[in-house]
Amino acid sequence: MKLYCLSGHPTLPCNVLKFKSTTIMLDCGLDMTSTLNFLPLPLVQSPRLSNLPGWSLKDGNAFLDKTELIDLSTVDVILISNYHCMMALPYITEHTGFTGTVYATEPTVQIGRLLMEELVNFIERVPKAQSASLWKNKDIQRLLPSPLKDAVEVSTWRRCYTMQEVNSALSKIQLVGYSQKIELFGAVQVTPLSSGYALGSSNWIIQSHYEKVSYVSGSSLLTTHPQPMDQASLKNSDVLVLTGLTQIPTANPDGMVGEFCSNLALTVRNGGNVLVPCYPSGVIYDLLECLYQYIDSAGLSNIPFYFISPVANSSLEFSQIFAEWLCHNKQTKVYLPEPPFPHAELIQTNKLKHYPSLHGDFSSDFRQPCVVFTGHPSLRFGDVVHFMELWGKSSLNTVIFTEPDFSYLEALAPYQPLAMKCIYCPIDTRLNFIQVSKLLKEVQPLHVVCPEQYTQPPPAQSHRMDLMIDCQPPAMSYRRAEVLALPFKRRYEKIEIMPELADSLVPMEIKPGISLATVSAVLHTKDNKHVLQPPPRPAQPAGGKKRKRGSDDIPDCKVLKPLLSGSIPVEQFVQALEKHGFSDIKVEDTAKGHIVLLQEAETLIQIEEDSTHIICDNDEMLRVRLRDLVLKFLQKF
Amino acid sequence: MDPECSQLLPALCAVLADPRQPVADDTCLEKLLDWFKTIADAGSSLLLLQENPCLVTLLCPVLKPQDLSPRVLAFLLRLAGILAAQEDCFQHLQQGDLLPRLFGEAGPLGGAAWTAPTVRSGWIQGLCSLTQHPSALCFLAHSGAVDTIFSLQGDSSLFVASAAGQLLVHILGLSMQAPAEGHPSLQPAHWPACAQKIVGHIEESLRATATPQVTQALNVLTTMFSHCHDPWTQVLWVHLSPLVACLLEKDPVPAAHSLVDLLLSVARSPVLSSSSCGLWDTLAQTLSRLRASQAGPLALGILKLQECPKALRAQAFAVLLQPLTCVLEATTQAPGLPGSSGPGLQCGVAAIGPVASSEACAGRGGDPTDGELPLAWPPGSVGGTADAPLTAGMLLPSKAACVGLLCQTLAHLELLQPLPQRPSPWPWAPLLSAAVTILRLCNGSATPTSDTGTHLCAFLAGCVRVQRAALDFLGTLSQGTGPQELVTQVFAILLEYLTSPDSSPTVLKKAFQATLQWLQSSPKPSGGGDLEPHAQLFLRELLPVLPKRLCSPCWDVRDSGLEFLTQTVRRWGGQAGFRHALLASEVPELTEQLLRDPESYVRASAVAAMGQLSSRGLHIIPASPGHPGAQQKSLLEELLHILSTDSEGFPRRAVMQVFTQWLRDSHADVAADTEHFVARVLRVASQDLDWEVRAQGLELALVFLEQTLGQPSSSCPYAMTPPAAAPPSLVAQALQPFCRVQLFDFAFRALFDCDRPVAQKSCDLLLFLRAKTASYSDQQGSSSGPDVASLEAALQRWQAGDQGQPLGDLEPEAVVAVLRSLDLEGLRGALAESSDHAEQSPLSLLQDMLATAGILGENEADCY
Repeated sequence: MKLYCLSGHPTLPCNVLKFKSTTIMLDCGLDMTSTLNFLPLPLVQSPRLSNLPGWSLKDGNAFLDKTELIDLSTVDVILISNYHCMMALPYITEHTGFTGTVYATEPTVQIGRLLMEELVNFIERVPKAQSASLWKNKDIQRLLPSPLKDAVEVSTWRRCYTMQEVNSALSKIQLVGYSQKIELFGAVQVTPLSSGYALGSSNWIIQSHYEKVSYVSGSSLLTTHPQPMDQASLKNSDVLVLTGLTQIPTANPDGMVGEFCSNLALTVRNGGNVLVPCYPSGVIYDLLECLYQYIDSAGLSNIPFYFISPVANSSLEFSQIFAEWLCHNKQTKVYLPEPPFPHAELIQTNKLKHYPSLHGDFSSDFRQPCVVFTGHPSLRFGDVVHFMELWGKSSLNTVIFTEPDFSYLEALAPYQPLAMKCIYCPIDTRLNFIQVSKLLKEVQPLHVVCPEQYTQPPPAQSHRMDLMIDCQPPAMSYRRAEVLALPFKRRYEKIEIMPELADSLVPMEIKPGISLATVSAVLHTKDNKHVLQPPPRPAQPAGGKKRKRGSDDIPDCKVLKPLLSGSIPVEQFVQALEKHGFSDIKVEDTAKGHIVLLQEAETLIQIEEDSTHIICDNDEMLRVRLRDLVLKFLQKF
Repeated sequence: MDPECSQLLPALCAVLADPRQPVADDTCLEKLLDWFKTIADAGSSLLLLQENPCLVTLLCPVLKPQDLSPRVLAFLLRLAGILAAQEDCFQHLQQGDLLPRLFGEAGPLGGAAWTAPTVRSGWIQGLCSLTQHPSALCFLAHSGAVDTIFSLQGDSSLFVASAAGQLLVHILGLSMQAPAEGHPSLQPAHWPACAQKIVGHIEESLRATATPQVTQALNVLTTMFSHCHDPWTQVLWVHLSPLVACLLEKDPVPAAHSLVDLLLSVARSPVLSSSSCGLWDTLAQTLSRLRASQAGPLALGILKLQECPKALRAQAFAVLLQPLTCVLEATTQAPGLPGSSGPGLQCGVAAIGPVASSEACAGRGGDPTDGELPLAWPPGSVGGTADAPLTAGMLLPSKAACVGLLCQTLAHLELLQPLPQRPSPWPWAPLLSAAVTILRLCNGSATPTSDTGTHLCAFLAGCVRVQRAALDFLGTLSQGTGPQELVTQVFAILLEYLTSPDSSPTVLKKAFQATLQWLQSSPKPSGGGDLEPHAQLFLRELLPVLPKRLCSPCWDVRDSGLEFLTQTVRRWGGQAGFRHALLASEVPELTEQLLRDPESYVRASAVAAMGQLSSRGLHIIPASPGHPGAQQKSLLEELLHILSTDSEGFPRRAVMQVFTQWLRDSHADVAADTEHFVARVLRVASQDLDWEVRAQGLELALVFLEQTLGQPSSSCPYAMTPPAAAPPSLVAQALQPFCRVQLFDFAFRALFDCDRPVAQKSCDLLLFLRAKTASYSDQQGSSSGPDVASLEAALQRWQAGDQGQPLGDLEPEAVVAVLRSLDLEGLRGALAESSDHAEQSPLSLLQDMLATAGILGENEADCY
């Protein structure tokens, strides 16, 4: 069993598991931090950005972090754990010869589609006149200014995919529900479990009859909108692959939400605007819910909230219809005349308005001071670029970073000097290390496998031994482009016995609770399933010719000698020998058993745990007599 | 016993004896027992029995206990005990063979009823009341009750078990009193048989291998040494102490908590001359044998003792400080401890070593002026037995143990610090340093230098419990003096906590409290300014943080932020630098907005804060930017609006307090038209449903009275000594404004308020007024006239509960006359009684019980 590690980013994993005869890809996250090396793509030509010294507009925006470690066309299935971890899907399904199936839950697919759609839209609406790729040549790259010249693996950076590729990729997905058991080639069974992190997010169990691998990626124990995490089903795993822990282990999401609300209120009260760069789904639902409860108490009821994204409307509406994927208390609201999320009420009361883009209705409705939620969190493309340009010069305004995926300082770099206030409140609800250690204590996997980043404290806080995985035995770590042999051997395989064959067996109890029977059968293997079938009857010995042919076909099933079991009690054995006329018997204890010496007959009987030897000097009669005596103490079947 | 009760008693006894009759509730039976106890204490129990034979009859059905409910059975056992406490009555009951059948083998003991814990408890309490005289001791010895008590020590019910232990102590005490004529025998072998038996049992338990048994014995001894201070207890201790010492040799020491309790109760006992009993040695040995978490309470107890050898105190203090020493050592090179690798801190580390080295460097550390951090514990406070690696071992096995031990240590030190007998010199600087270090470990900003430190960091990071304890302790440490460098660190860490988004609401509250304590204790500079420059700088840094807290989505954060603001403004509102910084911030405006907070506690705190800001002239009505034409309401109007419309009591109470304070301080808004102000406030307050608001209204009225009529001469506003009488004409003139603001209407209404505190306060107010107007009424003489009559009539209606009609316009003369005619002193006496005094008489108790049983109810039922 091997694990091929294709991504070095712990929260955007991409691993391939070879298990029995299957090749399973676990997630395919897209690391977009390399976009930070590029200039923002403004919606309107920005003289400031294009005149920056030392910078030039370049092509390419999204990048795939993969290596040629494994031929991706051999991948049988891809299991997706949440919508953030499927962003590289088109690159794999469309460009590698992949012919397998992708499994994901419905919300994952729908919201993943929204994220991809938004990304494509953001990139495509500001088309480039020209593109350049020569700079990727290592010799030229060396001459570029820092940090570009230090960027690694630029050859793997790719152009953003198109909507057509997205649609084609998504068409290869098969929808699954939590706890649904999916058979892969009869060899293994995969099951998605709720992971509590996002709508439809899942952990996966990959198991055969005797082995169980759990894949935990992006899970949360906090009570937010999704269904709570299913921990119980992860128990008894042989291997637990653990990825997607919180990226900000020192920040407590509750404290950060408080910080977010306080800073938002302070800014708006002073007549400033608040900009929240965010993804169109996920934490934004929780933020809107918090604000829903908060705005009245903070006296912000007449401040407009704008949500601008090509997929804003779909995101807000989708969230309301995935009732079965929501936490319990939101599920119960479905049975009342109430939408599960309170953002519906915010929309009804006109407090929250959503627009596909800056153009059109928004420009006529726009009123300040206001709060704007828009993408992309990297500040490199999307409507957020416009707002940064618009509001950056006033110290009354605030930009609040809530998504932890990008370094906010790097994201802000091209906008410097910046007068607006910047607040960093990363909200990451994924597991932190305390929760992980509780989870591992509860689930007790035999082995834990995780990215190497999790096995040591973060570099900036090297003394924080609490910010790493601490388990026994120590977790196995992997890094990008590594192949890990998982530390357990498969020892058993399940074989079925046909009923008629089972009927013919006569088990014999050899000690209380344990019965044995010998079986002669034909092992039949098809689709990774093994069945013992009754042996064909030996053909009737009708004639010499036929008989000969029969013996060719039928396995030779001659009658076997009976098997023996039991142990020989030495004292009784000696008594039995004496009864049968042997005298002058000596017993010696050895490390493994006993030696019975018949001095008169010059014979030695060596009794060990799993063998008995009678050594006598060419006296076959004596040997047979002794053998029969020994056999009296043993059971035959 | 009064005749009415005697008449009812037989019926009641019949009810109690009748198993078919349900007994109302336990409290009735308890009250009944209390009543019998007072009767028995006041006179002869024998007489009581003879006069009320029904009582004896009542005790008889105990012989068939299966018929009785457990609570009645328990009641009867206790009643018998109370009656038999007097020897003659005891003999009387003995003659009837009643006592053995109640408390002996023939009684409920061992029967089905015995399974009920109430019955076992009643049995013990009965015996406890009964055991007052030598005859009782004989009875106990013969009935074999003592063995039963021994077994009850391990009862499944904790109450029964604990009562059994107390009963043993009681019996032992009584049996030792018998030969008390002479000196107690030095040999327990010569003690009375009963005492010997109990002591023997204790000895046996102390030798037992099972911990519960040892615990029982130790608990009995603890009770004995803390309650009984007769000379024989010393003999007993000398006799038993070797056994106790043996416990210390076991590993682990069994029943450590009980052992600590015992040793401390022995040490506190006045009769034991501890030095001669080897107690100090035992204590020293115990300190070194127990685990850190168990030794902590013992160390604290030793340090609280009035007299104790110095060496032992030093050892105890060292034990108490051990966990903190360990923390300091683990973070020796923590950042923010400038020069921490210097010799100052090395002392802190060395302090855990042998005494010599700690003394060697303490001298240097003691002088804060030499620029090094004096982090050594004072000389002598660290004994030779302190063993830091051992403590590190104690701290590290698990997070729970580490957190528990640190919290316990901090709480102990916090308790010890204000006591006069605390170790001297108190190691302010190292303690301060330790508290700061713990807080740094909790928020992850400390850099540990050893493995211990790394583990500590992992355990403590984000631990709210330790943060709270450390902040509390840090607050208490503000009472002392620390070197400037450390104080800077204190303010720095407090600011970190106040700023951090990760501080939980409770931690934040503690941080605000500790900050306030430190600000208040920071020394005043000689220049004349109110705050030392250092603290002033801190406040300036803090003020930008405060707005964020006032905007927090957690109401408790907003609330503690406002409370902090109120306190700081009260203290430094007059200080120019502070005023300037505050006015430049958004704080006043945000506070004003919080008057409309959805959470009532926050509104109340905002009211208090606004009141304080306004008193200090720090409330500036903002020219509202959104609505330039709108009329901005004055704060007074705003508060009056809250008082009359807020649905919750807290904000309204806060408004009343602010108004009272404003009236006292002659706030500008109030002073402009005081009468109008008082009239409006009283009108709203009188209709309030919350009694505290009405009571505060009376307080405000009293302030108004005092300001108009002059302070009473004595310091107590309710003093009854008549003040120097004012000239009559002046008084009449002075009463006019009270009539105009309808103060009397309010006060008389309050006099008949259904809430007692309001009525009491009104009574006091009127008494004060009557004393003030005494001379006037003397001259006026008569108390008649149409006004007076109608007023009295109106008051009578009010008293009867009909408060619909207002009093209308009153003349001062009529008021004075009514004041004279009202029996205010009588009313005050009645109000001073507890509210249920009328219902507490034994007669009403008996009636109630019979009524519930339906005996009296039959007649009443006809009425319907």
